[in-house]
Amino acid sequence: MNLALDEKYEDFRDEVKKFSKEYIYPYAKEADKNQHLPSQIIESLSSKGYICPIMPSKYGGQGFDNVENVILNEEIGGACSSTRSLMTVNGMFGLGILKWGTELQKEKYLYDIAAGKKIGAFALSEPNVGSDAKSINTTATESDDYYILNGHKKWITMAQIADCFIVFANCEGDKNAAFIVDRDAEGLTVEPINNLLGCRASMIGELIFDNCKIPKSSLLGKIGFGIAQVALTCLDYGRFSIACGCVGIAQSCLDESVKYSKERIQFSQPIKDNQLIQKKITEMVVNIKASRLLCLNAAVLKDNCEPDSIMETWNAKYFASTKLKNIVADAVQIHGANGISEEYNVERYYRDSIINEIIEGSTQVHEILISRNILNN
Amino acid sequence: MEVREKVRKFLGRFFRKHVIADDEDIFNLGFVNSLFAMQLVMFVEKEFNVIMGNDDLDFDNFKSIDKIVELIESKM
Repeated sequence: MNLALDEKYEDFRDEVKKFSKEYIYPYAKEADKNQHLPSQIIESLSSKGYICPIMPSKYGGQGFDNVENVILNEEIGGACSSTRSLMTVNGMFGLGILKWGTELQKEKYLYDIAAGKKIGAFALSEPNVGSDAKSINTTATESDDYYILNGHKKWITMAQIADCFIVFANCEGDKNAAFIVDRDAEGLTVEPINNLLGCRASMIGELIFDNCKIPKSSLLGKIGFGIAQVALTCLDYGRFSIACGCVGIAQSCLDESVKYSKERIQFSQPIKDNQLIQKKITEMVVNIKASRLLCLNAAVLKDNCEPDSIMETWNAKYFASTKLKNIVADAVQIHGANGISEEYNVERYYRDSIINEIIEGSTQVHEILISRNILNN
Repeated sequence: MEVREKVRKFLGRFFRKHVIADDEDIFNLGFVNSLFAMQLVMFVEKEFNVIMGNDDLDFDNFKSIDKIVELIESKM
């Protein structure tokens, strides 16, 4: 048994770290402030094939494996959570079509998604429906060669710039189904949601469908399997990406806390010499290592197509996001008053970390599912 | 191990307190959820090196050991 990563992954981490430092990190603070991802970030991600990491070479992607995906989401998420959000939802869109799309749908969307020419997003949540996904109220009614969508989607990451969406609606009564909807579809309005606590450059929005007319060929997967297969496939990927992003934020908190505690002099000595600071650093180091190992475990299981990868992804996301909460709080505390100032990054990491305990399954939903999986077996 | 035995062994992880008959409807046993459905598809794809497409997405194809075996053998 060898838990060490192959050298090729260490080289890949060096490559992504360098990319992130040069092309993502310098823009992250401004993106957060402006609540907008600058186009050069999207262009840089696209040029390296990072914008949809899982896309196979057949569709113009790099076909990164899931260990490489851990590294990508960690290194880029550590610089900017909103950029990682873009990779997450674009990947969810791409994977949903890759797995459940028709050949025509794959031809139409996958090359552009891999190249960053189109941005895809995932539209499941509604104003009154979050965790209870099967209670969605959006409807899709057949009419000649079209489906007519009516309803309201909320909290849709990257909605402000997305070109296309996977949208979930009830069809033929209460049978849920997935549909691919282009932004310019007749009857679709996109409204931005701004001034959120964290991940402020994720360009979140609402989708309002008012007799929105889409061709019948937009159906993704089969009617009745929208949530059970399409949504769960996409959400499993999203959960994995977010877990890895949490490790990235945590690592950035540690790096900046170590640097600060060496430089900050109080009582004539660097604060790193205080044992209470050392305790916080120790907790960070160990929890980051444990989170990373859980993500890598899920990645290897995914690469081996193991059914257990799904639960291990839940475990990884739960651990990484809940431990991150402590790590960001400690990072702010180590920075003292500077920690709550926008001059330092840790206040942004603190705000961004909160979002990760809500999206792709709240912490409490994780607690229900993880415990139920053990108790029911 | 033959296909039927592999399917029975996999389902046994989820239905530990119940011996499933080959023609028994597993959806009627009440333990099935979306997570199980996704894991079942992954298991079939990995174990038997087949791809499940949209046309295979039918509850009838997965409702019993007999039906799952029939689906797998039709794709091998």
